[in-house]
Amino acid sequence: MNLTITQIFLFLFLLFALSRVILRFKSGEVSSRGLIFWGLLFSSAIVVVIVPELSGKIATVLGIGRGADAVIYTSIVLLFYLVFRLYVYIQDIRYEISDLVKKLALKDIDEKKPSKSARH
Amino acid sequence: MENVNLLIGIPAYNEAKILGRVLKSLPRKIPGIANINVLVVDDGSTDGTAKVAESAGIIVARHLVNRGLGGALKTVFAYARKNNFDFLVTMDADGQHDSQDLTRILTPLINKRNDVVIGSRWLKPNSAPFSRRFMNKLANYVTLIFFGISTTDSQSGFRAFNKKSIAAVNLQTDGMEVSSEIFREIISHKLSVREVPIKAIYTDYSKKKGQSLANAPNVLIQLLLRLLR
Repeated sequence: MNLTITQIFLFLFLLFALSRVILRFKSGEVSSRGLIFWGLLFSSAIVVVIVPELSGKIATVLGIGRGADAVIYTSIVLLFYLVFRLYVYIQDIRYEISDLVKKLALKDIDEKKPSKSARH
Repeated sequence: MENVNLLIGIPAYNEAKILGRVLKSLPRKIPGIANINVLVVDDGSTDGTAKVAESAGIIVARHLVNRGLGGALKTVFAYARKNNFDFLVTMDADGQHDSQDLTRILTPLINKRNDVVIGSRWLKPNSAPFSRRFMNKLANYVTLIFFGISTTDSQSGFRAFNKKSIAAVNLQTDGMEVSSEIFREIISHKLSVREVPIKAIYTDYSKKKGQSLANAPNVLIQLLLRLLR
């Protein structure tokens, strides 16, 4: 099998990305769901890089003219999904900050008691 | 009279100009209530809102950074739960609500008829600007579509909760979308709800505050996100 320079570069990059996912899963930074998602994503990208004809076959099955188009459409969908996940992640961090702010505010009230009582 | 404790929770963000007047207008006695407590949640204000509340002898929960209406309401609910209050009323700090309506909003709770009471600005004719009227209609439809509950005022900040609902309501969102989220909580915990007419005081000051059309897309995205996540 003769690989072009671009294929070799993409293959090495995807392999590196896959190894990062596995290492992060081992250290607990990536959940098992994350491992499955990213693992499948990078593994299928490696397969498509090594066997580019496969993207043409997938494109035919999906009713898309060219393999390159199928790759672009899939990438756009994936990017949308990743932006969504990122948005959810940022929201979660915002909620965690709110929770901290709330706890600090309530703790502050407890420390000031009983001097501040507003019972009418 | 039973020893019934009420907490009036007021989320406030940069309301130093009007907050003193709002606090002064609160009644010292309400029929059926033994103790009235007031909590102002200063949501990271930079204009001395907390000082105004403190000088009025009110309990102040200070947020170190601004978290939004939902964030402030979470603190109000947490305080009410922690201190075992019987009733909780949330009110806006911008002077839009008439404290004379407190008795009206609390009566269904005192009579044990409902768990949550929503003060609706739209059950009586009012002088609300068109943009406010339009925003509220839009928000009511969104609340109906997302949470399946029909209301005349999904964005009302004047609400009352009994002990059961104080314990049940678990808010997640930080921003203005919390107003619709409260209805989700009412539905999911099968709380009995009633709307009572309240007076809305629209001044130049209060018109500048609250929901605006510019907020609408963000509120919608937040609600969608909660469904999709």
